[in-house]
Amino acid sequence: MAKVTIDNHVVEVPDGTTILQAARLIGGDIVPPTMCYYSKLEGSGGKCRTCLVKVSQSSGKDSRPMPKLVASCSTPVADGMVVQNITSPEVLEARKAIVEFLLINHPLDCPVCDQAGECDLQNLSYEHGLETTRYKEERRDYPSVDIGPYVKLHMNRCILCYRCVYTADQIAGKRIHGILYRGDVAEISTFIQNSIENEFSGNIIDVCPVGALTDKTFRFKSRVWFLNPFLAHRDCPTCSGKVTVWKFGKEIYRVTGRKDQFGEVDEFICNTCRFDKKGSEDWIIESPANIDKQSVISQNHYMKIKKGSIIKPLEQKTEPQD
Amino acid sequence: MGRKILLDKIDIPGILGFDVYRNNGGYSAVEKALKTMSPDQVLDEVKKSGIRGRGGAGFPAGMKWSFLDRSTNNPRYLICNADESEPGTFKDRYLMEKLPHLLIEGLIVSSYALGANTCFIYIRGEFKYLVGILEKAIFEARKNGFIGKNILSSGYSLDIYVHPGAGAYICGEETALIESLEGKRGNPRIKPPFPASKGLYQCPTVVNNVETLASIGPIIIMGGEEYAKIGTGKSTGTKLISASGHINQPGVYEIEMGISVEDFIYLDEYCGGIRGSKKLKAIVAGGSSVPVLPENLVFKTAKNETRLMTYESLAEGGFESGTMLGSGGLIVYDEDACMVRNTWNFSRFYHHESCGQCSPCREGTGWMEKVLYRIEHGQGRIEDIDLLVNISKNIEGNTICPLGDAAAWPVASAIRHFREEFEFHVKHPEKIKNKDHGNIQKLFVP
Repeated sequence: MAKVTIDNHVVEVPDGTTILQAARLIGGDIVPPTMCYYSKLEGSGGKCRTCLVKVSQSSGKDSRPMPKLVASCSTPVADGMVVQNITSPEVLEARKAIVEFLLINHPLDCPVCDQAGECDLQNLSYEHGLETTRYKEERRDYPSVDIGPYVKLHMNRCILCYRCVYTADQIAGKRIHGILYRGDVAEISTFIQNSIENEFSGNIIDVCPVGALTDKTFRFKSRVWFLNPFLAHRDCPTCSGKVTVWKFGKEIYRVTGRKDQFGEVDEFICNTCRFDKKGSEDWIIESPANIDKQSVISQNHYMKIKKGSIIKPLEQKTEPQD
Repeated sequence: MGRKILLDKIDIPGILGFDVYRNNGGYSAVEKALKTMSPDQVLDEVKKSGIRGRGGAGFPAGMKWSFLDRSTNNPRYLICNADESEPGTFKDRYLMEKLPHLLIEGLIVSSYALGANTCFIYIRGEFKYLVGILEKAIFEARKNGFIGKNILSSGYSLDIYVHPGAGAYICGEETALIESLEGKRGNPRIKPPFPASKGLYQCPTVVNNVETLASIGPIIIMGGEEYAKIGTGKSTGTKLISASGHINQPGVYEIEMGISVEDFIYLDEYCGGIRGSKKLKAIVAGGSSVPVLPENLVFKTAKNETRLMTYESLAEGGFESGTMLGSGGLIVYDEDACMVRNTWNFSRFYHHESCGQCSPCREGTGWMEKVLYRIEHGQGRIEDIDLLVNISKNIEGNTICPLGDAAAWPVASAIRHFREEFEFHVKHPEKIKNKDHGNIQKLFVP
């Protein structure tokens, strides 16, 4: 077991836990934001660099700080480690820079994007981004393409988090899409115009943190904040059948996986549940779904979100000596 | 003339062939190591020699070898990093082209010390013609019983394979190299775990530069302590410097560490002075990744000490007034060189070679390149200069691998030392447009 201090909160976790997971155990404001890390996907993380934190003490034995900011999603904890996230101005500065980098080639077409309202990048830039851009150059531009009968790919919006690649590898079983080229011209693509038809391929829509992969059966139907989410289930021979259905009146507009408080899908669902079962008779409604308060869907709650700011470190309480 | 350890046999005719190399004392290091020494003794000699990694980071090779995880039963691997793609560096190519057997000899001894039975030479895709030379050398060594099963009846077996890459700069980063060797996309891995515990095929692996491994043979023959006497301070031994730019005699030179930079640039046996007797303007000391040094800091450090060709002396003063020895690719600029264009050119390289895995490097390198392109082509704005400094600061240290740092340092240092030149570009766009740089094709038009 290792005792870790994250922003003055102490937590004890098993060896080998990452800093991010330790922070998630504590919860609240001190959890670093993630764009590429997905706890259910092996090998994900480390790429987007939004979860950078400062390790001001490497371990109990070694009181030196780590020389650089580290990605909390892939750095294992050590006993006696002291981590600073929102108590370090350096971290917030770096995070601001990362958001800027992620946005420079992003088309900022939120008004016509289906993901708007439940977009990780939107939330992240609201909390940490600048209000204007310093980027005056041309943005990269790709045509949007159909990859398979159900999924539309807008490469312009992609932040190359690789989540969909890992999903196709580990959940859908057979991967026929991947990253082509390199650098800022890298793109998600199916090799030689293949179409993604695997039974679990729809999950790449759920794991996408931005609007790069969208549901073709839901395209331009409605804004997500006009819909009411309900937890529902059905007896599905392929998957668990536990989903969230998004209703407008009595009509079901779309079906997604159930997401936890960190925006990750609890149980991956199959394409039949996601795309084909849209009648009210198909589903047994359990209860209204919880709406993440970070999201635009909870109307007007954006104002209540704290902007990324440095909190003062708590004063160290010295124990009275006997 | 300094002492030569690596290139001493280079002028012997027919040295490419096994027989000539053997008759001139070749492979005696293998005999000495395998017949009279244990692997730990070889490791001790390398540690005593104090040789530092010649690939760029300058990490002591003996220490790197001792980190190798020896606790598991998994096979261990040695990888020779011949993916030399740094602009301005061409020493490994020269070494492999002229003295392939020196490298093979070093590989055998190093593999023996590490207990590796398989060794890979990961060679850059563009060096296609070297693959044949190396494979011929391996074939000859195998025929003469220096590679294969039970080498020199010592019971030690080794196989060496040459693996050409597809020509990506990023595959010179050790974990990206391992990914590429495994047949995957050449993206750097997230560390930890380090290759010393989980490298190639999740087995303990050591990755070393060509020059480092080629030096192992001479170190074993002369002894580690003897080798450590060459050079100054913690920079021991000799180093290959590939000199290019506006000098009279560009080429690969072997120097004893510790000669002064002034001697190296102006002495006739080395670079032979600046071309056309012009004035020196700046140097890049260790390949394009390191900070550029202006003329007033080249020969003297900020503390007014003579600057030497060593790891420590070149790094004297940090990034404010120093640079790094890096991989030893010395580029010299005369007074006519345009630093803005040079910086743009470097930046264009890093934009092209960024793997696109982590966001600061993927987006930042492209952004810097586009801004520098505008400044160089007379469309700059005065606030762009501070913007560039800020972008490079935001990239530096926040990336997975050192490519982000390598892209940021040249830009930051060029602006630190040559800010007037950038400002001149912004203020006099019409003069800039009429500059003649020769016919350089525009590869990227933002």
